[in-house]
Amino acid sequence: MATEMESDVVIAGGGHVGLSLALALGAAMPSLTVTLVDAAPPEAATRDTRASAIAAAGRRMLMRLGVWDEMKPDAEAITEMVITDSRTGDAVRPVFLTFGGKVEDGQPFAHMVMNASMIGALRRGAEAAGARLVAPQTVRDFTVGASAVTVELGNGDRIRARLLVAADGVRSRLRALAGISTVGWSYGQSGIVVTVAHERPHHGRAIEHFLPGGPFAMLPLPDNRSSLVWTERTETADRLVKGDADVFQYELERRFGHQLGAIHPVGRPRAFPLGLTLARSFVKPRFALCGDAAHGIHPIAGQGLNLGYRDVAALAETIVEAERLGLDIGSLAVLERYQSWRRFDTVEMGATTDILNRLFSNDNPVLRFGRDVGLGLVDRLPALKKMFIGQAAGNGGDLPRLLRGEAI
Amino acid sequence: MSASTTIDRDEVARFSALAGEWWDPKGPMAPLHRLNPVRLGYVKDQACRHFDGPGDGARRDPGDPHALAGLSILDIGCGAGLVSEPLTRMGASVTGIDPSAENIEVARRHAADGGLAVDYRAVTAEQLGETGATWDVVLALEVVEHVPDVDAFVAAAGALIRPGGLLIASTINRTMKALALAIVGAEYVLRWLPRGTHSYDRLVTPSELGAAFRAAGLTRRDETGVVYVPLADRWKLSPDTGVNYMMVAGKPIRPAYQGNS
Repeated sequence: MATEMESDVVIAGGGHVGLSLALALGAAMPSLTVTLVDAAPPEAATRDTRASAIAAAGRRMLMRLGVWDEMKPDAEAITEMVITDSRTGDAVRPVFLTFGGKVEDGQPFAHMVMNASMIGALRRGAEAAGARLVAPQTVRDFTVGASAVTVELGNGDRIRARLLVAADGVRSRLRALAGISTVGWSYGQSGIVVTVAHERPHHGRAIEHFLPGGPFAMLPLPDNRSSLVWTERTETADRLVKGDADVFQYELERRFGHQLGAIHPVGRPRAFPLGLTLARSFVKPRFALCGDAAHGIHPIAGQGLNLGYRDVAALAETIVEAERLGLDIGSLAVLERYQSWRRFDTVEMGATTDILNRLFSNDNPVLRFGRDVGLGLVDRLPALKKMFIGQAAGNGGDLPRLLRGEAI
Repeated sequence: MSASTTIDRDEVARFSALAGEWWDPKGPMAPLHRLNPVRLGYVKDQACRHFDGPGDGARRDPGDPHALAGLSILDIGCGAGLVSEPLTRMGASVTGIDPSAENIEVARRHAADGGLAVDYRAVTAEQLGETGATWDVVLALEVVEHVPDVDAFVAAAGALIRPGGLLIASTINRTMKALALAIVGAEYVLRWLPRGTHSYDRLVTPSELGAAFRAAGLTRRDETGVVYVPLADRWKLSPDTGVNYMMVAGKPIRPAYQGNS
C-alpha cells in the first residue's frame, strides 16, 4: 500500500553530489529531515573501478564532513602535473608545461580517489548524519504546490517536502520534468575511461598529452595504477571499447608509452559521449538542480565533480542559513541566492573547458604553434602558473564555508 | 489619540494596491525579499543577546533553528508577513499588525497555506495600545519613514513593549546619499520600488529617531548601517548608516524619572 511521508528536503540521486549534500545538511542542522532517493541499489557503487579527481577545496569539504580519512587509503595525491602537445606517433613528446602540485598551504592541489571508496564513505556519513536513504527507488513525478512539493516515487509512495533537489546526473530526468531546458552541444567526442595497472611507480605525476583526437590524461592511483581519461572521436572510441582487446591494448600502449613498463587494463573500458550541457535555470519554486544535472562540462580539466562539490557547499550553506533565519527553504527568494552564487562560476568553467578542448583537440599547425607558445609562456610566468594551480585547486571566487574547510 | 494622527491614508492605499504581489520575490517587493535575511539576522542576534533562553535561562544560540522560542514579538507594519512568518518559524509567538485590511488578508491566507500560526490584525499601533497588551519585542521595520509624526508613532510603539523588552526599528536616513541611492537609484533608475514609495522629507535621521526613543522613555542600545553590495547582490551590516540603518532601544524595567510625571 502506498504511504505518505514528510521530509524537509528530498534529494533525487545517490551519487557523490546527492550523498554529500545529504551529509552536509544533516551535519550542519540535525533538525532538518533529509530523504535521499536513488535508482541504483546501494551495492552498485562498490563495483565501480573508476576514480575521480578531487581538488583541494573539495578535499577540505570532505575533511570537514568527517569522511576524508575513510577514503584516504584509496586516494593518491597528484604531486606533479605535466602537459605535452604531440602527435600520437611522436616518439619524443616535448614537455611544455609542468606544475608542482602544491598550493600555498603545502597541500597537494588535487587527489585521485577511487569512486567506490568515496561513495561508500559518503553513504555511511550521510546515514550517520541522519539522512534516510531510499534505494533502489525512482522518482516518478512531482507536483509543486504553494507550501510544499509532493514527490511521487516509483512504488506509488509520496513524500511531502519543502524542497526537492535533483542530483540525478547530466541527463537529469527531473530537470526535464521541471521543464528546465538546457543549452549546449555535443563535441562528437567520447571519453574512454579505464583504470590500468603498470609495472613501475608513477610518483604521483599526472600527465596530460594533447593528442589530435583529444586530450589523453594519465592520473595516478594507489598501487601502481593509473586512471585514464582518453578522448577520441565518438566512432573511434566506440570501436575501441567494443572491439578486439588486442587492438585496444595496442592503441593504449601507443598513447600511454612504455615509461612505466608493461601495462594492462583493470576492469572494462567504457566510453562516455562528451558534451557541454548547461541548464538555463538552476532553480524553480521548491526545486533546485545540483551537480551534473545543472551542468555537464568537458572533462579536460577534471573539474566536473569539483563543480558538483561547489554546488553542494553553496546549496547546503544557502539552505542552512535560510533555515536559521526562519525563511522558507523552498522559496525562490532563498533559492536564487544559490543560483546567483553558482551560475557565474559554472558558466566560466564551462566556457574555459570548452575553449581548451576546441584549442587542443585538433591538428591545425597554426593552432599547434600558438598553443605551444602559449603553454611555454605559462610555464615561464610564475604568477600566471600560480593562478592556474589555484583554479585547479578550486580556490577561486567567493568560496562557500565548507570549501574553506569551515563548518556551515 | 486618534488613528489618523500616525497613519497617512495615501500610504495605506499605495501598499494595498501592491498586496497581491508581496510574496513574489521578483515582484515589486523584491528589494524587501533581498533585505530580509540581513534584517532577520539582526533581529534574531539582538533578541538572542538580550533575552535568556526559555526555561533554564541558558544563553540563546543564534544557530539554533528555534532561537526565538518563548518570545512574543509584535511586527508593526507587517505587510503580507515577510518578517512575521520567518520569526514564527524561529519559534516566536508573533502578532502582525498593518493598517491595510487587504495586506492582513494576504498575510492570513499565506500563513494558513504554510501551516503557520501568526496572529494578524488590521489595526494601528494606537488602537492596539488601547487593549493594554505588551510584547517582549516590538518591531518597526521600514515603517517610521512612512508615518507623519515620528515622535507620536514611537510613543505608541513604546507603550506596546513590556518593561525589559526591546524596540527594533529599521529605516532610511535623510542624507544626500540616501536621496541618491534609495530614492533616485531604487525608484527611478533601478525601478526596484514604485516611484513615490519614499519622499525625502519623510526620511528620519538616526539622531531624530534616537530623540524620539528618549522622549518615549526608551534607551538606545545598538545601531547599525545596512548596505547593499552590488556585485554579490546582497545586503550586509556595516558601520555606514548613511542610507539604510537599524536601531535598537530597550524599555527600562522601571520607567525613568520624567520630571513632571
